[in-house]
Amino acid sequence: MSAARATVAVVRSERAPLVDTLHEWVTTVDHKRLGILYIIYALLFLAFGGIEAIIIRIQLIRPHNTFVSPQVFNRMFTMHGTTMIFFAAMPLVFGFANYLVPLMIGARDTAFPRLNAFSFWLTAFGGLLLYFSFLGGNGLYGAGNAPDVGWFAYAPLTSRTFSPGHSTDFWILALLLSGIGSMGTAINIAATVLCMRCPGMTLGKMPLLAWLNFTMAGLVILSMSPLTAAQLMLLVDRYLGGHFFDVQAGGSAVLWMHFFWIFGHPEVYVLAIPAFAFASEIIPVFSRKPIFGYPVMVAATLAIGFISMSVWAHHMFTVGMTSAGNTFFVLSTMAIAVPTGIKIFNWLATIWGGKVQYRTPMLFCVAFLFQFLIAGLTGIMLAAAPFDWQLSGSYFVVAHFHYVIVGGILFTIFGAFYYWFPKMSGRMYNEALGKVHFWLFTAGFHLTFDFMHVPGVLGMPRRIYTYEPGRGWDIWNLVITIGVLFQAVATLVFLGNLLWSKLWGKVAGSDPWDGWTLEWSTASPPPAYNFPSLPEVRSRRPLWDLKHPEDPDWHYE
Amino acid sequence: MRILKSAVPIFCTAAAARANSAGEPLSPTNIFAPASTPADTISGLSLLVLTITGAMFVIVLCLLLWAVVKFREKAGAGPGEPAQVYGSTQVELAWTVIPVLIVTILLLATARAIASIQNAIPPPGAVEVSVIGHQYWWEYHYKKSNVVTANELHVPVSSPVHPTPTFLSLFSADTDHSFWVPRLAGKTDLIPNHPNSMWIDPRETGVYLGQCSQYCGVQHAKMLLRVYVQTRDEFDRWLEQQSGPAAASDSTIEGRRTFESTACVNCHTIRGSTATGTFGPDLTHLMSRETIGAGAALNTPANLRRWIQDPSAFKPGCLMPAMGLSDSQLDAITAYMETLR
Repeated sequence: MSAARATVAVVRSERAPLVDTLHEWVTTVDHKRLGILYIIYALLFLAFGGIEAIIIRIQLIRPHNTFVSPQVFNRMFTMHGTTMIFFAAMPLVFGFANYLVPLMIGARDTAFPRLNAFSFWLTAFGGLLLYFSFLGGNGLYGAGNAPDVGWFAYAPLTSRTFSPGHSTDFWILALLLSGIGSMGTAINIAATVLCMRCPGMTLGKMPLLAWLNFTMAGLVILSMSPLTAAQLMLLVDRYLGGHFFDVQAGGSAVLWMHFFWIFGHPEVYVLAIPAFAFASEIIPVFSRKPIFGYPVMVAATLAIGFISMSVWAHHMFTVGMTSAGNTFFVLSTMAIAVPTGIKIFNWLATIWGGKVQYRTPMLFCVAFLFQFLIAGLTGIMLAAAPFDWQLSGSYFVVAHFHYVIVGGILFTIFGAFYYWFPKMSGRMYNEALGKVHFWLFTAGFHLTFDFMHVPGVLGMPRRIYTYEPGRGWDIWNLVITIGVLFQAVATLVFLGNLLWSKLWGKVAGSDPWDGWTLEWSTASPPPAYNFPSLPEVRSRRPLWDLKHPEDPDWHYE
Repeated sequence: MRILKSAVPIFCTAAAARANSAGEPLSPTNIFAPASTPADTISGLSLLVLTITGAMFVIVLCLLLWAVVKFREKAGAGPGEPAQVYGSTQVELAWTVIPVLIVTILLLATARAIASIQNAIPPPGAVEVSVIGHQYWWEYHYKKSNVVTANELHVPVSSPVHPTPTFLSLFSADTDHSFWVPRLAGKTDLIPNHPNSMWIDPRETGVYLGQCSQYCGVQHAKMLLRVYVQTRDEFDRWLEQQSGPAAASDSTIEGRRTFESTACVNCHTIRGSTATGTFGPDLTHLMSRETIGAGAALNTPANLRRWIQDPSAFKPGCLMPAMGLSDSQLDAITAYMETLR
């Protein structure tokens, strides 16, 4: 249907009318278009979340600042967290998975194209619902509002006693809808990986990106279910007289914490594993070597997936578990450092002995290695429960998880943008602007999040709209805020680069990086049917085999 | 390099705090300036963890820096691909086993610290206090006496020879809160319908600061904590003084009548008067406290009057309403409050 028209878009004079084009995008079931829709949607919400972060940081630039009221500040950090996790990071990850997995396993589309479209629009509607709360959140109570219960929305703050009006309902419904959408996408990705691989591609010959996204999909299915159940229980509490989390009637506030974090911790890996996937594709190509220890990388990924289901209560070391309970979660949390360490060493070994080309995607991935190392080590500090009794709920934790999500995950996502932009758009991005983006963002990132560890160690709790002078926190907060401005400018450079390159970038050709996986064997952008004839593979690097017939990979695997 | 910077502040902070803990601390809420056994234990464990993770950081950092500099593509090099290496079982085994050993050491050290803090049994001389978290203030009940006070906790100093630790039972009247005074102990949450406990045994007298560290609503930021550590004698005198009823004074009878005839009594208790509300802080000995509004302002007559007139001037969103009192009523009530020593 839309296939014939998609190829026409290159020829300006024959472009379809705007309404038709929009109609095609809205009704599309093509995994590539849905992937791009996810990504554009996520970039929009990344901008919203970024603006909220800037407001938070301006308020905290000095003690007793009055830039925003406490009420507005609380909405800002709630919306920032919710937006960035559910409506920026997850759609970005899903967007790339949608776009790349079928191409990399040599398939014509995902297993369930219409489920795919349904899931995207559910997620999109969830995000709009969340932001509609700015207009309708207070319901009959008055003017605009937004959720202000924090992104993990601990009970009983979410009960109608403490959260009258509808802002919390918008939060619940937005997450409920997008959660169902996420599960649909996860089922689709898992089914695609299991059922749609091209001839010759056994599980052991899949690109790592497919393996990692398959693991991610499994984690989404397992972790989204308890979150969705908890949201329904909360709705029952709020409107049907339930007492799940109603502490006045024998309910349990701790129950919500368990439900939330058994979603919340695997969620970190739902975002991190696709980030590992990008690094595992980009680092080998720019080091000109295959990934070091493929079977171990797969095993480490699965191990991380399994262990991540058993670490959730390390978010709850301060809620008064028994010493045995605490010790168990110290064990499981520290155990996850082992497979994660293996991954870092394997990437390092991939670079070792290579001929490393520092193009923008590789720069982001190298910075990711350094930053993820630090994020992992501060994670070990937080895993030591008594240390966590001091650091939990402080700015140290905020610094730690931003190190993971920005320094680890967002950096590789930026890398993925530059790496696959030529494939998605058919145009090369501007390398100079890419490097400006990289250096500005890296400088801003380190100004903000390196120094954010310090006020945490000095006793500054998170989620406070203001603080007392004389605690030794002032200078650090000033530096943190300055770093945010660098990041904001760098993000504008990034968005500008994408727009400029889409319109005026050099034509990329099908294989600008001398790549090895199947997406580089088809046109840029790929036709709706992906491959004129289905490829057949004999190794993990089919294009290496093609380019080096004298020394193919399948001799060694 | 920029990467080095990231670790430096953490380690410098830890080191500087150690060096300064005897004199002027870096911050009154520095976790590396402990003054009580649980905080000591945590600080010791933290330094061990910092040392091990710091060593791992330096080693991996050097390897990474070496790799990214050494193996960059050189201008004069030929067009060919580098040697294609697919993996090495021995090497991969090494970097699996070594982290397992490190993790085991960390786990054992951590388990010991957990047990020593969590499984401590109160000695006979222990002071027991119930702490009740409220939206944006703290309520304290001293067991074995009728003392009820708010926000400013008084405890006796403890020494290894005569240990007089303070054991806190933690409750919440509404949402989740968390009791965190970094120099005395790690934080423990106050959760409704889920009693918790923690203990401190400060070894030096003085004031220790902290604040609520679990988001509890609009004024989470101004739910500050002050712990006054006193010598045993001072503490006993304080307890004696606090257990008495409110001072009665004829000169402020008008203020007392105004207080007792407005809605103030629905929320506040003043022992020895008709005010028996329990929703807000006990005011029986209000003037013995240095701050009002859970640390939102100093307890001066001017601040007190302003607070009674409109609490949201200091603490927008706090649950005490402005009562719409006239100037003369405000003067009278403030004068009455000032007699509550």
